[in-house]
Amino acid sequence: MTYFLQQLINGLQLGFVYALIALGYTMVYGIVRLINFAHGDVFMIGAYLGFFAMANWHLPFPVAIVVAMVGCAALGIFIERIAYKPLRNAPRISALITAMGVSLFIENFTNLNFMFGPAPRAYPRPFAIRTFDLGGVSISNIQIIVFTVSILLMVALSLFVSRTKIGRAMRAVSLDKDTARLMGVNVDTMISVTFGIGSALAGAGGVLYGIAYPQIQPLMGIMPGLKAFVAAVLGGIGIIPGAMLGAVIMGVVETFTSAYVSSTLRDAVAFGILILVLLVRPTGLLGKSLSEKV
Amino acid sequence: MSGSGQTRETLTESDPALLEVRGLTKKFGGLVAVNDFSMKVVKDELVGLIGPNGAGKTTVFNLITGMYGATSGSILFQGMRISGKKPFQVYQLGIARTFQNIRLFRQLSVLDNVRVAYHHRGEAGVVHSVLRSPKFRREEKRVTDRAMEFLSILGLEQRRDALARNLPYGEQRRLEIARALVAGPKLLLLDEPAAGMNPFEVGRLMELIRSVKEQFKLTVFLIEHQMRVVMGVCERVVVMEFGEIIAKGKPEQVQQDPKVIEAYLGTDEP
Repeated sequence: MTYFLQQLINGLQLGFVYALIALGYTMVYGIVRLINFAHGDVFMIGAYLGFFAMANWHLPFPVAIVVAMVGCAALGIFIERIAYKPLRNAPRISALITAMGVSLFIENFTNLNFMFGPAPRAYPRPFAIRTFDLGGVSISNIQIIVFTVSILLMVALSLFVSRTKIGRAMRAVSLDKDTARLMGVNVDTMISVTFGIGSALAGAGGVLYGIAYPQIQPLMGIMPGLKAFVAAVLGGIGIIPGAMLGAVIMGVVETFTSAYVSSTLRDAVAFGILILVLLVRPTGLLGKSLSEKV
Repeated sequence: MSGSGQTRETLTESDPALLEVRGLTKKFGGLVAVNDFSMKVVKDELVGLIGPNGAGKTTVFNLITGMYGATSGSILFQGMRISGKKPFQVYQLGIARTFQNIRLFRQLSVLDNVRVAYHHRGEAGVVHSVLRSPKFRREEKRVTDRAMEFLSILGLEQRRDALARNLPYGEQRRLEIARALVAGPKLLLLDEPAAGMNPFEVGRLMELIRSVKEQFKLTVFLIEHQMRVVMGVCERVVVMEFGEIIAKGKPEQVQQDPKVIEAYLGTDEP
């Protein structure tokens, strides 16, 4: 039982990081109907920005998170402007292929020696690890930080989307771009804001991932990115609470597979979930039936 | 004729225009949807745009609101050129519209539908929104109060929290009008506001259009299919067929125009 609870905590830690990435996938899909495959790489850049902030510039950990979030937001907006905006009226497949191109570009460009270089780096430890024992189940201060930061960000996002005028405009744009435009909403700005927020969350996720699994390299975003994508589909792509739910399920399932079955099977299980969702319930756990969606 | 400049009946296209369209042409590939369309809408007027299906009426609205770029010609609003501007800019200058087939944000609440349309008036930026500062809250309250005011004018204040898609048809139409009015437009474009309504509802709608027009000093330009609405409410009508204007004038004059009768009823060839 304690083993089960221990694995559950480990799974939640992974799940919360996935959630921060999955939110960007789902928000961007909700607003421009694009799977932004470069999103996992934005997450990687976030991890590196946090690394530089702490290791090279000696900034405290909370500031490092802010640096990563701001940097990633700018990167996300920049990617949208140069890569996706010119294709706004092109067939969706063009934008999708472009997203893969952007992803490959970021991975291989940062792999160059004058950028980050291919060698893995050890992530700085902003504080000593301490573990607390709760009746046989141990929880580390890093896990507590991952939970706290992720939950705070998710609550802030939910409030932002549901309560503010920008959030309202974002929802309007995701429902009907043309009408939103005719009601005075600057759709281009809203798309930028969405990319910015989604990328900022991925940036925060990158730093949390870095302190939790302390080794980073330029291809580190691929797997978490894909799994967060599966999580977004599992929860219902385009639905914000769905991404959070799907990501937590993914993290827990993956950790349990490693713990109870075999760690070599965990990726197979993760992508098995994708296949299963697409076969059984393609709109995801929280998705409505297709006929109701537009 | 222009001696008693007070009554609206005397307004003609020689008065200074609120909206002026000059030689507007729109081609979709080889199809000429609107051809050399010129007209004026004078301030405080209630003008109707009528014509058979496919005449290009909605295309004219889409051109005015910036949804489509014109192939040639220009559109002036308060003397300023608006052709080439983006839809949200045209809206911010004071032109709002409703749609032939209702286009509400179906999954948003009634209140949010109206608040979205008042969006650009909010001054508090992203930072204030995130911090939920007093300024932001004041701003939100102002936007909400304004939205509620318009919901009550249209008798929808009880429905504020319902999802737009759950409203009955007539209420959806009224919600569209509330949404179009909330930002205080100078010109209101109504695209077939009476579509799908029964004669009783049409009567109430005409009453509503007249009263909001008076109350908010609006100029109204509406597309209509049903002759009854046009004759009952419009002071002046423009008739289109195949993308071109075939007649202009007072409703009763236009009704007698042989070209209009032909367009509506077809030629009477043996």
